[in-house]
Amino acid sequence: MNRLIVLLKDAVDLSELKVDPTTRRILEGPKRRIGELDKRALEEALRIREKVGGEVCTLTVGDDRSKTALLEALAMGADKAYLVTTGTGAWVDALTTSILLRAAVGRLTPFDLILCGEMSLDSLSSQIGPRLAELLDLPLITYVKQLVIDSGRLRAVRDLEDADEVVQAELPAVVTVSREINEPRIPSLMSIMRAKTKPIITFDAASLDVPPEMVLEAQSIEIIGVEVPQVERKRVIVKGETIEESVEKLVHHLISEGVLEVR
Amino acid sequence: MTERGVMVYSEDKELELQLLGKGRELADRLSGPLSTVSLGHESIDAEELIRYGADQVLLFKDPGPDIHIETYRAVLLEAVKRVSPEVILIGSTRRGRELAPRISSALRTGYMAECIELEVDEKGDLLARRLVYGGSAMALERSRRRPHVATVPPRIFRRAEPSNRAGEVIEIMIEKPKPKTVVVERRMKSRGGEALESARVIVAAGRGFRSKEDLRLLEELAEVLGAEIGCTRPLAADSGWLNEWIGISGHKVKPKLYIACGISGTVQHLAGIRDSQVIVSINKDEGANIFQASDYGLVGDLYVILPVLTRTLRKLKGES
Ligand SMILES: Cc1cc2nc3c(=O)[nH]c(=O)nc-3n(C[C@H](O)[C@H](O)[C@H](O)COP(=O)(O)OP(=O)(O)OC[C@H]3O[C@@H](n4cnc5c(N)ncnc54)[C@H](O)[C@@H]3O)c2cc1C
Repeated sequence: MNRLIVLLKDAVDLSELKVDPTTRRILEGPKRRIGELDKRALEEALRIREKVGGEVCTLTVGDDRSKTALLEALAMGADKAYLVTTGTGAWVDALTTSILLRAAVGRLTPFDLILCGEMSLDSLSSQIGPRLAELLDLPLITYVKQLVIDSGRLRAVRDLEDADEVVQAELPAVVTVSREINEPRIPSLMSIMRAKTKPIITFDAASLDVPPEMVLEAQSIEIIGVEVPQVERKRVIVKGETIEESVEKLVHHLISEGVLEVR
Repeated sequence: MTERGVMVYSEDKELELQLLGKGRELADRLSGPLSTVSLGHESIDAEELIRYGADQVLLFKDPGPDIHIETYRAVLLEAVKRVSPEVILIGSTRRGRELAPRISSALRTGYMAECIELEVDEKGDLLARRLVYGGSAMALERSRRRPHVATVPPRIFRRAEPSNRAGEVIEIMIEKPKPKTVVVERRMKSRGGEALESARVIVAAGRGFRSKEDLRLLEELAEVLGAEIGCTRPLAADSGWLNEWIGISGHKVKPKLYIACGISGTVQHLAGIRDSQVIVSINKDEGANIFQASDYGLVGDLYVILPVLTRTLRKLKGES
């Protein structure tokens, strides 16, 4: 088995999201960590390595802050971590990200498999896997919830709305995983310590021969603003002396709201 | 050839008609034609697509019953070449969400996923509102590079009224690409999610339920309320106790009354229930996030509370 490349996004930690109460805008500076689904992609790569060997390389497009996520990946057991920076400091959209990833993947050949989450939970746009497969002209299997690698071939179960499909492809291939594929491991203290001694290798756009103007030119999507809609809920905790009484009270509330239809 | 037009496509025919509705509006704003793609085996014919607003139907005839996503991709790219649309809308099914980024990459352009509002500005850029941060926030985004590509979820836009309008059918021919993957088996799922979307009352189960058999408690409550039964994603996708789930990756519901039982209230679930009129939650953990998103909350064990609630409602029904 050659390399397994896991694409990681250092995503915003959703549990840490802070909102300005008056403007309803997201406040800067939430903690960043490996996206939940990318973590499952990494877990799957580690499991494949345990069965059939290979080297697990993680790859992220980001900046210095992304090193936290890469360290997390090394602690889980990745062999190497690569950081791809634009060299411009600017936010990059998925088109540019995939162009940078393709260039970086070019430096990691030969590889057998590229894995990533079906989407990142912060941007919810599920583009990177399909875009990269397109750019590299490789087989693509999305929404994978079960994966088996056997003698140079991949067999996956993918979840579509109306059907589960069992799909086969030759390696190398690109796979995007869904939440159901596995439960990611929690790194031990030892492996967290050891991670700090493993290398994080940085590529920038120039060293990948991606001209900076291409990085900027490719910017096709602009985020104008992000707001958190106000949820107007009553948040009444209904309490009574007994359960029967609490339930009675609840039922009265629902009748006066006009949402309980009892004739 | 044509300029400033809009092209739409979904393999889900109802969704394609909804896209035609929105597409018509955008095309009129751009003063361009509206085209749609049809693969010959599909259940809707070109005439009907024209009645629902299309000026042009790009028809790929007889692709065989089980065409591959690579064929969809190639047909769409050929259609783009023919009409060079300024805006491309694709139905946000799972297949559509694989197709859209692929053609965006092939066309070296940007892509906005799951847009719930769409508009063209003075410069001809496409503006979209879409959910981000797991479903807890709304982003306003602008696509600056043409063609603009966006996916649109079901039931966001309305189809146009059908009328007797004229349109043309353009046949397209491509050499079918050799697929890079092989589907060795397809296990169809039974679907029932449409009922959830139109339900007036929904009772929903989360991982607070310990076994499939225990869902009986919920079924009994649903029966007195005339409610549909929903659930969180783990109950459907992990345990397989039910088929359909509610949330950002599942169904979006808007009942008058939503009762969440043993549900923690993650943003991904809340994104599917935010349009409910009244939300009630039952959870034994006082700190559960669901209480923040509810109108009424009962702190306690659902195994104790649900039978009492069902009994109380039965009594109420019987007495009046
Ligand atoms: C890409 C992606 C998309 C997703 N999309 C969705 C989606 O669309 N919909 C969705 O639902 N999830 C979705 N999820 C999953 C989501 O993150 C959560 O895993 C899920 O919503 C949790 O479900 P739950 O509330 O049933 O379970 P848990 O979070 O485990 O909560 C169970 C709750 O039950 C309570 N409880 C336990 N026992 C009892 C009892 N006896 N009585 C009363 N209360 C009890 C507990 O206090 C707890 O609050 C998605 C995840 C990802 C990664």
